[in-house]
Amino acid sequence: MTAQTIKIWDFDGGVHPEENKHQSTGQPIAVANSPEFVVVPLNQHLGSPAKPIVKVGDKVKTGQVIAQADGFVSAPTHASITGIVTEIAEYQVPHASGLTSLCIKIENQGEDEWELLPALDLNSSDEALINRIKEAGLAGLGGAGFPTNIKYLTKDTIETLIINGAECEPYITADDMLMRERAKQVIDGTRIAQKILNAKEVLIGIEDNKPEAIAAIQKAVADSGEQTISVRVIPTKYPSGGEKQLIQILTGKQVPAGGLPSSLGIVCQNVGTVAAVAEAVLEGKPLVSRVVTLTGEALGTQCNLDVRLGTPISNLLQQVKVNQKKLDRLIMGGPMMGFTLPDANLPVIKTTNCILAPTKKELPPGNLFNACIRCGICEQVCPADLLPQQLYWYSKSKNWEQLELNSLSDCIECGACAYVCPSQIPLVQYYRFAKGEIRKEQAEHEKSDNARIRFEARQERLAQEAAEKEAKRKARAEAAAKAKAAKSGAEGSAKPEISDSVKEAIARAKAKKAVTDSASTSNAPALTKEQLEAKWQNAVAKAEKAEARLNDAKENDDPMAVALEKSLAKLKEKALLAKEQLDNFQEPPDKAEPAKVVLTKEQLEAKLKAAQAKLEKTQAKFVEANENNDPMAEALEKSLAKLREKVEAAKAQLDSFNESDSKETQS
Amino acid sequence: MTTVIIAIAVLFVLALAFGALLGFADIRFKPEGNPIVDQIDGILPQTQCGQCGHPGCRPYAEAIANGTDPINQCPPGGESTIQALADLLDVEPLPLAAEHGVEKPTSVAVIREDECIGCTKCIQACPIDAILGAAKQMHTVIESECTGCDLCVEPCPVDCIDMVPVEDTLQTWHWEKPNDGYQLIATDKGRITAESVNDSKTEKDSDEGDKAA
Repeated sequence: MTAQTIKIWDFDGGVHPEENKHQSTGQPIAVANSPEFVVVPLNQHLGSPAKPIVKVGDKVKTGQVIAQADGFVSAPTHASITGIVTEIAEYQVPHASGLTSLCIKIENQGEDEWELLPALDLNSSDEALINRIKEAGLAGLGGAGFPTNIKYLTKDTIETLIINGAECEPYITADDMLMRERAKQVIDGTRIAQKILNAKEVLIGIEDNKPEAIAAIQKAVADSGEQTISVRVIPTKYPSGGEKQLIQILTGKQVPAGGLPSSLGIVCQNVGTVAAVAEAVLEGKPLVSRVVTLTGEALGTQCNLDVRLGTPISNLLQQVKVNQKKLDRLIMGGPMMGFTLPDANLPVIKTTNCILAPTKKELPPGNLFNACIRCGICEQVCPADLLPQQLYWYSKSKNWEQLELNSLSDCIECGACAYVCPSQIPLVQYYRFAKGEIRKEQAEHEKSDNARIRFEARQERLAQEAAEKEAKRKARAEAAAKAKAAKSGAEGSAKPEISDSVKEAIARAKAKKAVTDSASTSNAPALTKEQLEAKWQNAVAKAEKAEARLNDAKENDDPMAVALEKSLAKLKEKALLAKEQLDNFQEPPDKAEPAKVVLTKEQLEAKLKAAQAKLEKTQAKFVEANENNDPMAEALEKSLAKLREKVEAAKAQLDSFNESDSKETQS
Repeated sequence: MTTVIIAIAVLFVLALAFGALLGFADIRFKPEGNPIVDQIDGILPQTQCGQCGHPGCRPYAEAIANGTDPINQCPPGGESTIQALADLLDVEPLPLAAEHGVEKPTSVAVIREDECIGCTKCIQACPIDAILGAAKQMHTVIESECTGCDLCVEPCPVDCIDMVPVEDTLQTWHWEKPNDGYQLIATDKGRITAESVNDSKTEKDSDEGDKAA
């Protein structure tokens, strides 16, 4: 290959930290000791966790599905050893948060029985291949853990497939060793990926600090006879292994902010991932193991191990003879982008590419950071062409708006800015904090929008229900009135009851007015006792009603309460006045006597009848009001009681009349 | 003289024409409702909890827009909402009014289902219909919809509703803001050593000393 003639681009910024790769490349990849048990987390990938499909006590074989993918962005999980499921529970997982997640614990049974999928080959259909990649639980092994099959489902036309063998982060050599020892597998996987994506060319980008890997891959490409695959040797610079950076180096194209490489017709895959694709397709092996670099001066042997997923890290440390006294901390990933593990018993997962066990001298803990001196070096090394300093200020002051304007979302969190910062400011942690807060705020905003919609929908529903109830009540009242009218019509009176009663009421009111008018003008004793009594009762009833309304209003904090109180006072006065009048009237009994005498038996009977009719009517109304939970029900009940009294009184009168009648006849 | 008159006449006619245009635009393109109310409503957390003394977030937004209520009566929104409202309305941010409650961590209502008697009282109390159930049937809260407004707790006759703070999951967790630099690895989580604890202690002490002074 003539690397000189092939054009290679460069990206802005970048740093050259000490590589520290030679320590772990001295030995071939060894197979890790079989662990006593594995703890397999169900969300080793990005997206929703897988759903367990095994029970405690089940015997599982290596490669058997133990948890099914749940949703589109998800991946199934497989048993990584042969044994018995002893627990399905929350375990701490290797994550920067130190949080727990659902895991399946499998106790090793000694033998290693595999459950393989049927092997496929390059001639299989794209659909079958993609399906196999999903079934095998493949997720990006470079570090992000994005379910691999989704990359192959892109709707864009893919011109270029880029295989990422840059491995730019210091200390990590897992991909390097994989390319050296399993170059054929890498190329097989690459050809499968190329076939699925229908890519015209394949570029394998490898940093020039891995000459053995380059040679091995070039040989494998030559052996495969594939003309469209070419190896591109790129200069060593951190972070050339970043997806966007590698694309820029190899093609000169920049992935637009917020866009995906597929929009440029490019798909990028890690060498580890394509090797796993080859295993899954050609051998039917699901993803149950991966190559992990064990490095750092606290380890007796620094090497790469082929590790079953879910193996506790402490097992690996034992195998490579860790010196606990020298060990300062454990880091998953590299020194630039990795995070400190809270515990050595955490399991290896699909994205664990390196376990770094440095001594205190090797990676000394940082000092308290100093103030930003605005030197601007961070801005020169930023591979994403951002302004780290500005982002720092805005993150510190929680100015999310400015952060979005300054494209915080384009930050790849490579740590180059923090690496060069002379004040040792943990810049990336600030950015991660700000990104998290912005995400949280967006989620909250979405939720509150949702809540608003639900609240408004509920209000609408309640209003509708109330309106329906009102309409029903009205309809029922009308129906009742009609029924009454029909009844009375049958009895002989043609006019409907309601208008009658209204007319009566109007006539009564008019009469009353005339009476009071005449009373006020001539002090006339025109009012009979009955009239006065009626007036008093009326006033009392009105006052009672007003009082009920006032109480109601007070309960509801109605501004009407004051006005109601006033009118109540007035009504009470009126009632008192009426009572006085009534009492005064009773004094001259001679005048009242003839009025009494005037009532004939027929009249009394008529009165009783009328009272009874009224009682019935009110009762019907009351029942209806009760059914509808009408607030009027109480008032109706009261008037019902009163009417009953009236009826009794009328009956008594009639009886007494009858008695006197009989007496008269007797005498 | 005539030029002056002509000039005045022309200006008058122009003024009339533009006045008419403005008047027409005012009527034709009148915004429906009060747009500031929508903006305020968009900032409020929509818990519909009524802690501000209004029956829902929108009435409070209207009260703020009318200038009848201050911006610091929303405990669920807390500091960030007050800050956002202050920015929007260009007023000074105020501390949260204590009589309306205190800012609590986000929580969701959880019904202890075996104790639920199926009285539907909580269902009627929920402002966003986030409780499922029927009379004499067990009720349950749709956790993803619950805003943690507390309104269902009080009506429950058997006290079987708990407000449970929402805990971080792997999906929602994010890095904290670094408080002091004890990281070499840029992305390292704040590891506290004896030294840093001492340092921050002495800093705190001196701060408190300053305040006391």
